[in-house]
Amino acid sequence: MLKLMIVDDSNIIRRKIQRECDLGVFEVVASAKNGEEAISLFEQFKPQVVTMDITMPKMDGIECVSELIKRDPSLRILVVSALSDIATGIEALECGARGFLCKPFTEKELSDALLKLTEGQHV
Amino acid sequence: MFEGVVKIFVDSVVNYFQSTSDKNVKLGSPYLIENTDFTSFDFTGMIGISGPYRGMVYFTAPKVLLTHLLLSLGEKETSKENMLDLVGEVANTLSGNARAELGQDFMISVPIMIEGSTSNIHLPTALRSYVIPIYWKAYSAAVVVCLDNT
Repeated sequence: MLKLMIVDDSNIIRRKIQRECDLGVFEVVASAKNGEEAISLFEQFKPQVVTMDITMPKMDGIECVSELIKRDPSLRILVVSALSDIATGIEALECGARGFLCKPFTEKELSDALLKLTEGQHV
Repeated sequence: MFEGVVKIFVDSVVNYFQSTSDKNVKLGSPYLIENTDFTSFDFTGMIGISGPYRGMVYFTAPKVLLTHLLLSLGEKETSKENMLDLVGEVANTLSGNARAELGQDFMISVPIMIEGSTSNIHLPTALRSYVIPIYWKAYSAAVVVCLDNT
């Protein structure tokens, strides 16, 4: 099982992702509601995979991706955001994210994106 | 303002409900209101817009619609906190999706959520807002777009 952390300021989205991830491949070890909390929980739980929102209070997702990649360059981060412009997706990838999933997403779209991430593909 | 921008938000609303278990959403014809006439449903999520466009985007909906929308998203807990969370997330998603067309300079804030009256929100009276009526299941909601690009 891969250890996964969910980062999103919406409790509903965190729970939606958790329900999908509780199906066997991942162990959800932490949930954070902003970037600052994610950094703290990362140090504590050392997840291998992260889903990351962008628009969040305190520390946004782009900055948080950069901070997490500094700590663990092998970390697999899937950005899950409503910001659907190409430039934001490219910026996230340049910061070290391995994939980008646009909100709103279906369960299948999420599971497909996470599966590709675990197989080492960019999403 | 900006019929093209309103069309972008219309498309975003349709796209949002396509991700739910009941994809059968209908939209009414968008119409203009004076900003002094803004009314809301039980819960409202608001996003501040900055950059070339400045203003606000709202999603406002009654409790009963939000209850069904939460359930359709797989969320069993239909608490007030989750309804506030949901209107904020919908407003965030609609505004964020607009960047696919409007680009990354269309800057959006984190959402502000309100339960009940929005009478203490003051929009510029020199502007008017577009209301996009939403009909989903047997219920009504609305997206309100108030933007200026002068």
